Amino acid sequence: MSSLINDRQYPQRRSLTKALTLIHIDALLLLGLLTLLAVGLMILYSAGDQDSALLMRQLIRMGTAFIVLFVLAQIHPDRMRDASYWLYGVGLILLIAVLVFGHEGKGAQRWLDLGFFRFQPSELMKLAVPLLVATYLAERPLPPTFIRLLMGLVIIIVPSLLIAKQPDLGTALLIASSGLIVLFLSGIRWRIILGFITVCAAALPVLWYVMHDYQRDRVLTLLNPESDPLGKGYHIIQSKIAIGSGGLFGRGWLEGTQSHLAFLPERSTDFIFAVIAEEFGLIGVALILILFLLLAGRGLFIASQAQTSFARLLAGSISLTFLVYVFVNVGMVTGLLPVVGVPLPLVSYGGTSMVTLLAGFGILMSIHTHRRMMSP
Amino acid sequence: MAKQYFALRDHFRESRLVNDRLIFAAIFVGILFTIVMVRLAILQVVEHDHFSSLSDRNRVDIEPLAPQRGLIYDRNGVVLAENIPVFRLALIPEKVSDMEGSLQGLADLFAMTDDEQQEIKQQVKKQRRRFEPLIIRQRLTEQEVAIFSVNRHRFEGVDVVGRLIRHYPQGNLFAHTVGYVGRINEREQQWIDQKNYQGTLHIGKTGVEKYYEGLLHGQVGYRQVENNVQGRIVRELESVPSVAGEDLFLYLDAKLQQVAFDALGEFNGSIVALDPKTGGVLAMVSKPDFDPNLFVSGISIKDYALLRDSTDRPLFDRALRGHYPPGSTLKPFVALAGLELGVIHQGSKTFCPGWFSLPGKEHRYRCWKKHGHGQVALKDAISQSCDVYFYDLATALGIDRIHGFLDLFGFGRRSEVDVPSESKGLSPSRQWKRANRDQVWYPGETVISGIGQGFNQTTPIQLAHATAILAMRGIKKTPQVVLAQRSPGEQELQLLPTTRVETLPIINDQHWQAVIDSMVEVVHGVRGTARHIGKNLPFKMAGKTGTAQVFGIKQDEKYNADEIDKKLHDHALFIAFAPADDPEFVVAVVVENGGGGSKVAAPIARKMIDQYFGLSANE
Repeated sequence: MSSLINDRQYPQRRSLTKALTLIHIDALLLLGLLTLLAVGLMILYSAGDQDSALLMRQLIRMGTAFIVLFVLAQIHPDRMRDASYWLYGVGLILLIAVLVFGHEGKGAQRWLDLGFFRFQPSELMKLAVPLLVATYLAERPLPPTFIRLLMGLVIIIVPSLLIAKQPDLGTALLIASSGLIVLFLSGIRWRIILGFITVCAAALPVLWYVMHDYQRDRVLTLLNPESDPLGKGYHIIQSKIAIGSGGLFGRGWLEGTQSHLAFLPERSTDFIFAVIAEEFGLIGVALILILFLLLAGRGLFIASQAQTSFARLLAGSISLTFLVYVFVNVGMVTGLLPVVGVPLPLVSYGGTSMVTLLAGFGILMSIHTHRRMMSP
Repeated sequence: MAKQYFALRDHFRESRLVNDRLIFAAIFVGILFTIVMVRLAILQVVEHDHFSSLSDRNRVDIEPLAPQRGLIYDRNGVVLAENIPVFRLALIPEKVSDMEGSLQGLADLFAMTDDEQQEIKQQVKKQRRRFEPLIIRQRLTEQEVAIFSVNRHRFEGVDVVGRLIRHYPQGNLFAHTVGYVGRINEREQQWIDQKNYQGTLHIGKTGVEKYYEGLLHGQVGYRQVENNVQGRIVRELESVPSVAGEDLFLYLDAKLQQVAFDALGEFNGSIVALDPKTGGVLAMVSKPDFDPNLFVSGISIKDYALLRDSTDRPLFDRALRGHYPPGSTLKPFVALAGLELGVIHQGSKTFCPGWFSLPGKEHRYRCWKKHGHGQVALKDAISQSCDVYFYDLATALGIDRIHGFLDLFGFGRRSEVDVPSESKGLSPSRQWKRANRDQVWYPGETVISGIGQGFNQTTPIQLAHATAILAMRGIKKTPQVVLAQRSPGEQELQLLPTTRVETLPIINDQHWQAVIDSMVEVVHGVRGTARHIGKNLPFKMAGKTGTAQVFGIKQDEKYNADEIDKKLHDHALFIAFAPADDPEFVVAVVVENGGGGSKVAAPIARKMIDQYFGLSANE
């Protein structure tokens, strides 16, 4: 039923692209994702000491994530909008449940053990928050009124605080920023944005006071990592050594000494970017970053082409948040930002975030392939 | 209801608003990623060299491979210093599956005490690098090695490991001459070549071991290895094998050394034997002795205190550092000075009434023979060791001429033998006394210098060296302990550069002959002071006895050995060479508190000559 319309709009499309569009898959996003995931697997093979079992687990996760992507792509954006309050509500309940019965791992309560699998409710919130904020703001003409703006902030802050209390500051900040991006895109006045930034700056000392010791340490270490080379600064120092020693062309695949001799900690998860930099050099990381930018760029294009404000806000937020993840991770690994424990999207080893990220891309594809069929 | 709201919306305006914001966000993201790229470019291009070197320092380790120390042999290939393996029991914690059981089993096997077991358990617990061997038992006996080998299958991750340490199979015999090695101390750390000594624990401390450290040590090798973060070696990048040190062959003869060693018996003292033709040191003994093996792996405080605090000073190398008055052994040299400087000739006679006085002075310098030798010429003066003849000669020569002449024979100088820390001895002169004592020289001091008493101090090596020069009629060769070196893996010996040779400016062969003849008379003459050792020799030998006073005896007082403390007994000296006409062997014997030179020292020299020339014991 949609082929007619699409044909009218893009008469030159090739048949494969057309076929993919029929099943609500965006060819360019798919190509970009597959390229990035393939490169990611190759790097993980090196970073994980050529452990094929590790690779298999990551592949299985990718498969699961693609199923989620495919399913979400089939769902009309309007149905998502309808579900947004429910999703958010369930997410909040689960977050509270985590704080009460949560499973502790590495000193933080993030997991919810459901028997057959362990689940991080914060991952659900990564999508639920921008979804609800976009839904809520798009209910009325944009830009939102001041009251609606404040309500939006409340929607953002409540889950963020709950996650920060787990404590998982990195995820809390990312979720907050995904919601704030929706607020920004909704066209709130610059005056309000500047005022908000001022208030945040003033809140920094307060934030310092609320932070856990290990979080403060990370900030302090960032400011002067060499002060404690064997303790707090070790991650950053070793990571900078790995990146710097990579040079322009890198040591070559599987040849990185910092990673293979285990000097680089968390090299298959949070610090995998340093492995890329060591083995593929500046040219390699530039190509990877361009790949990230192209994916997000396609997402922003989809946002600009979207037909409702809700879809525009949601697509813009998903694309930009994706870049925020990349920026925070690379900034952390290169010593520009504190070590907050954010993985490199789609490349780092890890389960839940892979599913959430591809789910986001599924939403983007849904928005793009369901145009003209959305309610007015 | 919803339719009502949407009807009021201006979709065009809304989409423009959001798109403007999207463009703004895209620009902002562009700026952020530009910052990231700049940061990466700084790290990877600008600071690349810095981080590269940090990365290499992280992973690459250079492991030194210590060279094997050269061996030391005597002239006949008898081993004097070798490297022997000592066995230790090593445990690699990560390879032991049942630590508790293994330790219990080992404790039973080696009959360990509870304390020992506890200590091992502590060490195992403390070991950070679980893959590195932990030494749990030192110096296993052969029996223990055998017992463990049989039971080895029961102990996974436990093994016997060998390590080479220096060993001196001859024990005390060459303690001073060959010396010993010990752990490198802080002071040595300052001057050694740090690079070449990485991995080396021991260094020559005394004797040949010290003097030839450079040849014996060898060249360090290394292994460049890549480490992972725990310090475990992942692979070898490059390796250069070490080069073992040079083996040394000495002039020393272990059998002769043993004879000298035994001949001294319980006496303290020193014996030095030289080959006058080469300058080679054939034997060099200093007594009391000690076991150099004690020092190799760190001497215990108790053992060291025993050696250090002993009044006999066993660590002190008397052959090179012992200062003794030469006594009458100096007489042949003074006689030669008299002949050469024209003060006396072979036939000129001096009357010995048993004493000597300087003109216008009361003091009587006594001859050892109370009632005198009567008229004595050179031959009798030496063979019967007449003191008065030499009092007279010394007075006529004057101390400066004596000093100048003795200097040619190396008295008061280091012989420069290739063993470290030799001392100079003392051959006095007016200038020396003014400089060192700030006193004028008294004529009486010249008198007693004529018989090797007074300020004269010689070391046994000096005495032997001077005797060798005399035996060779003025050909002076620096004494040398090491004969040759052999590079690792080669069969050929390489002689060390020949010793320095000088010829003394004494050209009148008759003077040499006269002195040597009179020394032959000491051994072979009917009234020679050492005539009792001259029997049953297939050749003539030359010698001179000496008795050095340890303390002064007052005028007209009789020296009675029985009445005085053994420590104050005279030192017995003897110098000799053989055969007299074509010398092959020179020896100097000093027996501390031995009494008379003829009674105690001369027979020792004879024993050594018998050994050296393969004669049966003289009966």
